[in-house]
Amino acid sequence: MKEKLGLPKDKIARARELATNCVAPILDFVDGHTTVTVERATLRIVGADGANADGVPVPNLVVDQIKSSAGGLEGGALARYVNALLKTGGSVEALNKRIAEGWRIVDEPMGDREAIRRKGLELVEAGLGRIRKNRATRDAKMEEWKDRNGKPLIYLIVATGNIYEDVKQAQAAAEKGADVIAVIRTTAQSLLDYVPFGATTEGFGGTYATQENFRIMRAALDEVAEREKRYIWLTNYASGLCMPEIAAMGALERLDMMLNDSMYGILFRDINAYRTFVDQKFSRMINSFAGITINTGEDNYLTTSDAYEKAYTVLASQFLNEQFGFAAGLPARLMGLGHAFEMDPSIKNGFLYELAQAQMAREIFPEHPLKYMPPTKFMSGDIFKGLAMDTMFNFVSKATNQGIHLLGMLTEAIHTPFMMDRDIAVENCKYVFNNIADFYDEVEFKKDGIVVGRAKEVLDRTVEFLAEVEDLGLLEAIEKGLFAEVKRPKDMGKGLDGLVKKGPEYWNPVEDALKAELGLPERGRDYSAAGRR
Amino acid sequence: MANIVRPYGDTLDDGKVQLSFTLPVPDGAKGREAARLMVLGWGFKDCEIVHSSRISDGFSFYVAYAKTEAGIDYDAVEADEAASEDEVMHMDEVNAFVREKIGRKVVVVGACTGFDAHTVGIDAIMNMKGYNHHFGLERYAMLEAYNLGAQVPNEKLIEFAEKVNADAILVSQVVTQKDIHIQNMTQFIELLEAKGERGRFICVAGGPRISNKLAVELGYDVGFGKGSYAEHVASFIVRRIAERMHA
Repeated sequence: MKEKLGLPKDKIARARELATNCVAPILDFVDGHTTVTVERATLRIVGADGANADGVPVPNLVVDQIKSSAGGLEGGALARYVNALLKTGGSVEALNKRIAEGWRIVDEPMGDREAIRRKGLELVEAGLGRIRKNRATRDAKMEEWKDRNGKPLIYLIVATGNIYEDVKQAQAAAEKGADVIAVIRTTAQSLLDYVPFGATTEGFGGTYATQENFRIMRAALDEVAEREKRYIWLTNYASGLCMPEIAAMGALERLDMMLNDSMYGILFRDINAYRTFVDQKFSRMINSFAGITINTGEDNYLTTSDAYEKAYTVLASQFLNEQFGFAAGLPARLMGLGHAFEMDPSIKNGFLYELAQAQMAREIFPEHPLKYMPPTKFMSGDIFKGLAMDTMFNFVSKATNQGIHLLGMLTEAIHTPFMMDRDIAVENCKYVFNNIADFYDEVEFKKDGIVVGRAKEVLDRTVEFLAEVEDLGLLEAIEKGLFAEVKRPKDMGKGLDGLVKKGPEYWNPVEDALKAELGLPERGRDYSAAGRR
Repeated sequence: MANIVRPYGDTLDDGKVQLSFTLPVPDGAKGREAARLMVLGWGFKDCEIVHSSRISDGFSFYVAYAKTEAGIDYDAVEADEAASEDEVMHMDEVNAFVREKIGRKVVVVGACTGFDAHTVGIDAIMNMKGYNHHFGLERYAMLEAYNLGAQVPNEKLIEFAEKVNADAILVSQVVTQKDIHIQNMTQFIELLEAKGERGRFICVAGGPRISNKLAVELGYDVGFGKGSYAEHVASFIVRRIAERMHA
């Protein structure tokens, strides 16, 4: 990739070093803790599934039983589950059914530890084997149809609330040219401390993320992919109170991308910081093992703060997300770091500043498939102006070789997209991408011009900002509202009661296997070699 | 005498409009004719389908120009606007008004309620920075503004308003799929009424799909839709408080 900005390498290295220092104390904490949803994700990978008559999922039933029992959750959940399985002598499915019917597995005395350990490892291997197979299927299809996807990948959203309507819209979008389909979640889901079960047809502003809905959409997109001879990526959201569980479900059903930000839940959903940091690591380990590309949420900073003035918070967050990602074994090529085209359209030379920032992100994160988000904040209801803004956004994205391009809708701020809105967006995008296909290699920037100057200015300010965060401590910086101008006290927020300190007997062979597979140390900070493989 | 107006294309009273829509049929001559006849069926004259294209196997997109003979008596129209532009006070004027007519800080509490996760509306009105060069309520010296963010249950919002002894409560709703906002906005008013506190607060609803008419129907004092800024909301609130004090 050709560099055009002449950004000082020492400044970039300094920013990475500061980000590493910012996340290090958090990682120490993370390794000593688990959460209810980490345990439920572990159970899901070994086959815990289904729900009782009231819709409470089996993984919740198991974890709630253990958490409120005398021993609590500090030893993890898997040993109890496997113990119960051995007692029945039957299948995981039969065990799930009994648990859904009300069987209290915590009342069963613990049997032979070695037998539990062996059976547990066997189940973990079966679960991880299924994920490995999904990864091989994806790799094979991508190889078969290589170079058929757009560059950047064209990413479209469906959000009807009904999975069967989503399928129609998603198939139409994929046929038209979308490479990536994201199913927006129903607006309440990020704050549910469980994942609903089964196919769903009732959501608001989106559709429930359930394993069955994942399966239905996966099958629908595979069908289009075979017709179009083009791999269609499926995306869902691992953010919220169930990050690891949704990551596990996504891995089991061959999703290809997941929204997964290390701090989004804290800042924008008021989820407790400790809970989020523990959850994000486990979920990212699963994502990484499954070959799933994460999408981080820096675009959200710019919907609450000014995109020109606060550009440095986006870059700072990208550096932090990158370090948290490396620590969870994610290679750079699976990190879709986020940013957005959200400047006030009335700013003089705003286009040049957007171009500068997008090019800057490209050069600082050369291997990362950057996820670029369209204008939303200044979309007004004037659909004609909106379409012009989306065209400018398409231009910047292609001109700076972004990796993942989320299409803007001319009806943003009016309604969830009509089928024709999406069609207009795809046509616009294809026009621009084709019309400036070789722009990146053709055009360079003036050495002392506006674009180069802006990029350097943002990098400088980012280094200052990260130094301030390092000095305060990341949790304290969040408390003081340094990110997105949102203040989140570290001992407040949702989900804190689901955080558990690991006891000496803590056993989680899924975590152990993932760490081994990803080359991560059992504990501690020395992860630098792992993620950069 | 009636003052009849019609859409203006390039000549007075030509009645020209542009339309675009999707039909669940394949693209082609038959689809275009169906589209044209449909537009004529809506009462338009001289419809021309200027563009059609395929969206997918069973769906097609149309752009149409048509002419209408229908008009409206402009003088007889009554607008549904909470605060007309000429009555809006700017930030400094609001502060001066509060000092002079109310004599204490005005307390405003706002949230995006229910399961709605979109803070964009309430942030635009309340955050210090504001939106589109219109400062938010937090910047107003004579207002004490609390923005509780998104996904705030109605009960919690009311509890907080009681705690800080609010003068006004702002309820923001962005998601309107399946009319979820109506249920949620209605429940808020019902809760206040059940507590006998509806009269205690000035209740303000806002969101891109909220009109003053809808808000008033649901029992709010006022509703603010698209294009509203903090000064619209602030002007209404401080005037209403002053009216009540001096009534």
